[in-house]
Amino acid sequence: MSSKLNSRIPEGPVSEKWTKHKGTIPLVSPANKRRIDVIVVGTGLAGSSAAASLAELGYNVKAFCFQDSPRRAHSIAAQGGINAAKNYQNDGDSVFRLFYDTVKGGDYRSREANVHRLAEVSASIIDQCVAQGVPFARDYGGLLDNRSFGGVQVSRTFYAKGQTGQQLLLGAYSALERQVAKGRVKMYARHEMVDLVVVDGKARGIIARNLVTGELERHSAHAVIIASGGYGNVFYLSTNAMGSNVTAAWKAHKKGAFFANPCFTQIHPTCIPVSGESQSKLTLMSESLRNDGRIWVPAELEDAKAIRDGRLKPTDLPEEKRDYYLERRYPAFGNLVPRDVASRAAKERCDAGYGVNKTGEAVYLDFSAAIMRYGQEQANLKGMPNASEAEIRAMGTKLVESKYGNLFQMYEKITDENPYVTPMKIYPAVHYTMGGLWVDYNLMSTVPGLFVAGEANFSDHGANRLGASALMQGLSDGYFVLPYTVGTFLADDIRTGSISTDLPEFAEAENAARARFEGFLNAKGSTPVEVFHRRLGKIVWDKIGMARNEAGLKTAIAEIRALREEFYRDVKVLGGMMEMNPELDKANRVADFMELAELMALDALTREESCGGHFREEYQSEDGEALRQDDQFAFVSAWEFTDNDPGKATLHKEDLVFENVKLVTRSYK
Amino acid sequence: MNLTLKVWRQKNAQDQGSFATYQVRDISPDMSFLEMMDVLNEQLIAQGVESVVFDHDCREGICGMCSMFINGEAHGPDRGVTTCQLHMRKFNDGDTITIEPWRAQAFPVVRDLMVDRSAFDRIIQAGGYVSVNTMGNLPDANATPIEKHDADAAFDAATCIGCGACVATCKNASAMLFVSAKVSQFALLPQGQVEAADRVRNMVHQMDLEGFGNCTNTGACEVECPKGISIENIARMNREYLKASITA
Ligand SMILES: Cc1cc2nc3c(=O)[nH]c(=O)nc-3n(C[C@H](O)[C@H](O)[C@H](O)COP(=O)(O)OP(=O)(O)OC[C@H]3O[C@@H](n4cnc5c(N)ncnc54)[C@H](O)[C@@H]3O)c2cc1C
Ligand code: SF4
Ligand code: FES
Repeated sequence: MSSKLNSRIPEGPVSEKWTKHKGTIPLVSPANKRRIDVIVVGTGLAGSSAAASLAELGYNVKAFCFQDSPRRAHSIAAQGGINAAKNYQNDGDSVFRLFYDTVKGGDYRSREANVHRLAEVSASIIDQCVAQGVPFARDYGGLLDNRSFGGVQVSRTFYAKGQTGQQLLLGAYSALERQVAKGRVKMYARHEMVDLVVVDGKARGIIARNLVTGELERHSAHAVIIASGGYGNVFYLSTNAMGSNVTAAWKAHKKGAFFANPCFTQIHPTCIPVSGESQSKLTLMSESLRNDGRIWVPAELEDAKAIRDGRLKPTDLPEEKRDYYLERRYPAFGNLVPRDVASRAAKERCDAGYGVNKTGEAVYLDFSAAIMRYGQEQANLKGMPNASEAEIRAMGTKLVESKYGNLFQMYEKITDENPYVTPMKIYPAVHYTMGGLWVDYNLMSTVPGLFVAGEANFSDHGANRLGASALMQGLSDGYFVLPYTVGTFLADDIRTGSISTDLPEFAEAENAARARFEGFLNAKGSTPVEVFHRRLGKIVWDKIGMARNEAGLKTAIAEIRALREEFYRDVKVLGGMMEMNPELDKANRVADFMELAELMALDALTREESCGGHFREEYQSEDGEALRQDDQFAFVSAWEFTDNDPGKATLHKEDLVFENVKLVTRSYK
Repeated sequence: MNLTLKVWRQKNAQDQGSFATYQVRDISPDMSFLEMMDVLNEQLIAQGVESVVFDHDCREGICGMCSMFINGEAHGPDRGVTTCQLHMRKFNDGDTITIEPWRAQAFPVVRDLMVDRSAFDRIIQAGGYVSVNTMGNLPDANATPIEKHDADAAFDAATCIGCGACVATCKNASAMLFVSAKVSQFALLPQGQVEAADRVRNMVHQMDLEGFGNCTNTGACEVECPKGISIENIARMNREYLKASITA
């Protein structure tokens, strides 16, 4: 283990660590909490829940988001659900099983102690949300309903139709607004963090750009929490919201916070395929659909070609001419294999020529069997033994609509096709980033006083995240972990007094930020930011995407460096600094993506194994499954920014020790 | 297809603002409305004209940021969609499209098509929550069963995305649909009962303070609401308000 990393994992059996640790964290008295300021950057599930909970405890909180309201954070778009080890379905779920599934699903590249804590607090999250009035789906008996998600064999996912993220975020947002009303949280919407301020080695504030006036503002605090979400938009096209960015995390990285496992990115198997050149983003079709939808391509190449040319309709292809390739390759899990496995299998079929849309990059997700099955069930329930096929279909359609209505509507609006009648077309797309700022057990980064929560940290999902676990992690970090663990740092700050924004470190950071913005404006080049972002995305998707190899990664590094150089020389940003200027903000974000992309390539190059979402073509079994190299790579890569060049980052290794889960080859067959 | 766009340009809140006319060509019917705006913006930048500022983020109809008044309709001609979900196949080659920001006293223009909707946040601050702190020892989530019908109705009300189309559409710029959706969500759930009276009183009071107009039951809001929030919620809120006034 690198001497610069201390993961601060408490001693003792994994199931007792968190309880014991909580008991040893020094307490800060209510009177003293009032003298302590905390900055929370981001108001997604992680940030909102952290800001609200810390304010309830008595800390002075300042919260920031770049949207016009905290309620709009990208968490709002989460569709499928949130996991918790409640075992309401009595199907054998437990804290240990959730822990085990998450470590295994992450392909054994996460830290046992953190994951166990996550599983332990998961049940409290559901209690908390229900108490807030979050309207989860219920069954006819009035109790909470569950569904299952990929990579597991129990039903532990709580949901609110296809709008789970929305309902959870609105719950956390209302808790946050309650504290704003009380004056315990000061909310800065339309503000973007553009640098971290470090004083005497500790995180003591941020520089934020007021996006309405363009002003650079100094904000100080005793601790800073970054909950700014993931960096999937480095790929340009992703399912992330347009504004999702890496800037807050990247600026912290450049100020000393190590960046962990940047190459662990998740490609989600079920998204609406790319339709054209001017496409700005991709839309997810929730994984929950794989509960009822069956994935297939034509079994024969001619049929695939006929479909592509519009000569054949999928509904006309008889059963025996369809290849339900997930059910064929993975009989035990079928359509519910984990995301990395499902995505690669789709790519494999399309690369082999079986794709079903014009570009050849799409497979079917088919609900016809589910519609008939549910319809029959309804007919039985309603005592209609002689129901006609049309009646059964109508009843089944209604039931499917009640489960996934908003997703089907979304699909129809985008593609102009009716998924109740013809199978959906889907293809993998970038969705989530497991990598992020390195944190210890207390969620503190390598910069003392800088904590990181939610998708922005690297903590719980290893090399592949299981569905419905990001919402769980964000709320766990914000509601139940940080309110305790910030005490480990802040207990020493009760006599510090407020931090002055007149310190030279603030002036320096502000000036540097101003120079950066002016640099973009003064380049006076000829190419809009968007074009650079698109070009960057293409490099990252082609060479650091679903499959990677040494030669490709080396080329990617060279191309990214060249593109970066061109960007600073030729970017064209109109308007000024002291006004609302979204193009300027975008330039600042894209500049950071360009640096991050190089680190991703470097990380992927260094990790000579295949694990989870990181598939190195050199390391695969004969039947194309990922081959881990546990003897050499059972570690977290934590990169230190070095020599002012992302390509010269220094690697530190946190060795992963598995005491409770045995490392085996992940098999879903 | 080729289109003529009449777009509202306004430098900042103080500026008067006016329409500018632009042409865009070769727009594919499969593009979303915002992707068409992206094309316009790339074209403007190339010509050295500052791009049109508009709010957007998720681009899948859930964050509630996008907010364009298109040809006199909030979120444009399609039903049950936000601006970002509107597709160009709803328009014809040669069309002239007029694009304005939400217009309401309580939603001042920030720039071009972007408005300030923080009034909605302040209404939530006035009572759009259940007063529960973060606690690890709350009652088990299944301790209180909730009748499915109520749970589903609460969910339907809770799907409001806070976009403000209801306000922009209403000739009185009333925020009743938005406020009633939140009041209804909690009124339908046992968790919301304890504070019900204060909630409805305070939220309505804040709504009035923000300068939203009165509701005269025209029902226009329901038609334009991208999430199908029903005006039954307004009736429910009126009942809640009456109840609160009697108990006060
Ligand atoms: C379409 C989609 C569906 C999903 N469905 C599921 C699901 O069903 N289940 C599940 O578990 N997970 C799901 N996920 C993943 C999950 O939604 C996210 O991982 C999670 O919501 C991230 O939450 P967060 O709080 O970490 O960050 P976010 O919600 O992304 O919030 C980031 C916040 O940071 C702010 N911010 C960012 N940068 C700055 C800056 N520089 N300055 C100031 N503020 C800044 C933003 O304004 C925002 O408030 C889904 C993801 C997508 C894309
Ligand atoms: S009620 Fe409908 S129109 Fe009004 S803010 Fe909510 S979602 Fe938008
Ligand atoms: S951009 Fe989110 S609803 Fe339109």
